[in-house]
Amino acid sequence: MLTYALRRLLWSAATLWLMSLLVFAGVHAIGDPVALLISPQADQAEIARATALLGLDQPLWRQYLLFFSGALSGDLGLSFVASVPAIHLILERLPATLELALVAMLIAVGLGIPLGLYAGLRPRSWPARAVMALSTLGFALPTFWVGLMLILVFAVQLGLLPSTGRGATVEIGGIGWSLFTVDGLRHLLLPALTLALFKLGLLIRLTRAGTREALGLDYTRFARAKGLAETAVLRRHVLPNILIPVVTVAALEFGSLIAFAIVTETVFAWPGMGKLLIESINLLDRPVIVAYLLVTITLFIAINLLADLLHALLDPRLRPGGTI
Amino acid sequence: MTGAAPLQLQWAAFNRDNIARVALWLLVLLVAAALAAPLLSPQNPYDLAQLDIMDARQAPGTVAGAGYKLWLGSDDQGRDMLSAILHGLRISLAVAGIATVIAMGIGLVAGLTAARAGGWIDLALMRLADLQLSFPSILVALILLALTGQGLDRIIVALVVVQWAYYARTVRAAAITELKREYIEAAVCAGVRPLRLLWRHLLPNIMPPLMVVGTVQMAQAVALEATLSFLGLGLPITEPSLGLLIANGYTHLLSGKYWISFFPGLALLALIVTLNLVGDRLRDVFDPRSR
Repeated sequence: MLTYALRRLLWSAATLWLMSLLVFAGVHAIGDPVALLISPQADQAEIARATALLGLDQPLWRQYLLFFSGALSGDLGLSFVASVPAIHLILERLPATLELALVAMLIAVGLGIPLGLYAGLRPRSWPARAVMALSTLGFALPTFWVGLMLILVFAVQLGLLPSTGRGATVEIGGIGWSLFTVDGLRHLLLPALTLALFKLGLLIRLTRAGTREALGLDYTRFARAKGLAETAVLRRHVLPNILIPVVTVAALEFGSLIAFAIVTETVFAWPGMGKLLIESINLLDRPVIVAYLLVTITLFIAINLLADLLHALLDPRLRPGGTI
Repeated sequence: MTGAAPLQLQWAAFNRDNIARVALWLLVLLVAAALAAPLLSPQNPYDLAQLDIMDARQAPGTVAGAGYKLWLGSDDQGRDMLSAILHGLRISLAVAGIATVIAMGIGLVAGLTAARAGGWIDLALMRLADLQLSFPSILVALILLALTGQGLDRIIVALVVVQWAYYARTVRAAAITELKREYIEAAVCAGVRPLRLLWRHLLPNIMPPLMVVGTVQMAQAVALEATLSFLGLGLPITEPSLGLLIANGYTHLLSGKYWISFFPGLALLALIVTLNLVGDRLRDVFDPRSR
């Protein structure tokens, strides 16, 4: 287990390094930042001074070293627009995004597992077919479209919920949470539901497939044969076995929720880092784009690593060299 | 059905499912409408001379100044939404279609190479595919567009980059299974040249899984392009796809003028759902295990 964990850790570090190289190369491919930063009337001496200040007169490998050591110490440069460290802007918005993703995942897991279980137990009943249709739609529909329709129905037509923005927040542990105020929850519901739909579809399918498979296996038949009640069979034998892949996938998919939050945040004007990314791309605020990418990629790799380790921990069969 | 060709049998199997049959006809209808957009639409929505600001933001069913009925209403520049949707459908389908064909071609070459060469080439190609698929497509596409800027060609490149790996994996898996089969062995023994072996023997047997993945991925490409255009990072304003039309109507949605966003959204929904239903049915027809 330890060698497996170490190997996974090494692979993660290598991926992160590769990504930093790609981001650096990409940023340099788009053009000369000096042209963006100083006024067009600047004379040759001013341009030279700005170039030196940004370290752009150094050879490319030295620039990469500077960028890399800066990134390691959390220094990713100042935002062109706001003139504050880019990493601060991102970290300031991170809690709002994490809160949205967390609530979306809770909705997906809380609804997906029971619905999937039902669809697996009674695959031919009409509610099960409706659940599967919902799952197909959740997979197929673009996030932004779902968000717009929810706004149209619940905010515009029915007037039940606010359409955009984040509600009142309460400061807990130095971070503002909207989970603990009524206004905050009302603002959170629609975006979280929008973000959850895709994962809901996924979890329904996974749970359904797992349930159907488990029902045909020997251990379930033996449990039934020895006279256990149907609920006990489900609770003691079926559920624990299907939860392993479901929990792992849910953990693994958390990273992609953060990525898909870019779209949801833009639709609902949710002040998270995804919305900041879109604004920064439109304003060509390069340091903020780089900071977003590095923070998200790091989060991603960390989540993938944790999910893999969690999976290996839960299911001994998956440990390399492990025995059943 | 004795004596019927395999294709006929599969076609019959496809038709046994009513939902899939309706979806296929609807899809054909959508593609036909997109192709015939200039003939079907009452106005050319991008000829500014044909737009009348007096017709702006009219509700569905209003008669425009030029005499024809605005069946689906008009946008804030007096553009007939039906015409805009037909043209938008054309752009959405063209972008997703071109990207799908290119990605499929690259995936086919990469997958066949990996399956045939094996060893470190296989390992490197599949590692690359794994690495890329571990990041969500929306993030990869956004990064690419942020770096390269907007444009029709850029978004096609982004869609291809996001999708080639799915095809490569599918083709590799299918090719590895097929290459072990006896008919390939027999063809090799009979002295069939490699290119002919590939074209006449291997490819027809790889086609079914490729078509399934292709249909579903085409739906993904349509959705992704619409999302990127909605975010303002996809197609330029001169090439208004369905996503861009929806984005344009977004500000009016809150003031109750739902039709500017809603109807393009409905067209997008129809396109994506029919593609998915057809793809799902193809999977059932081609894969005997799931029958």
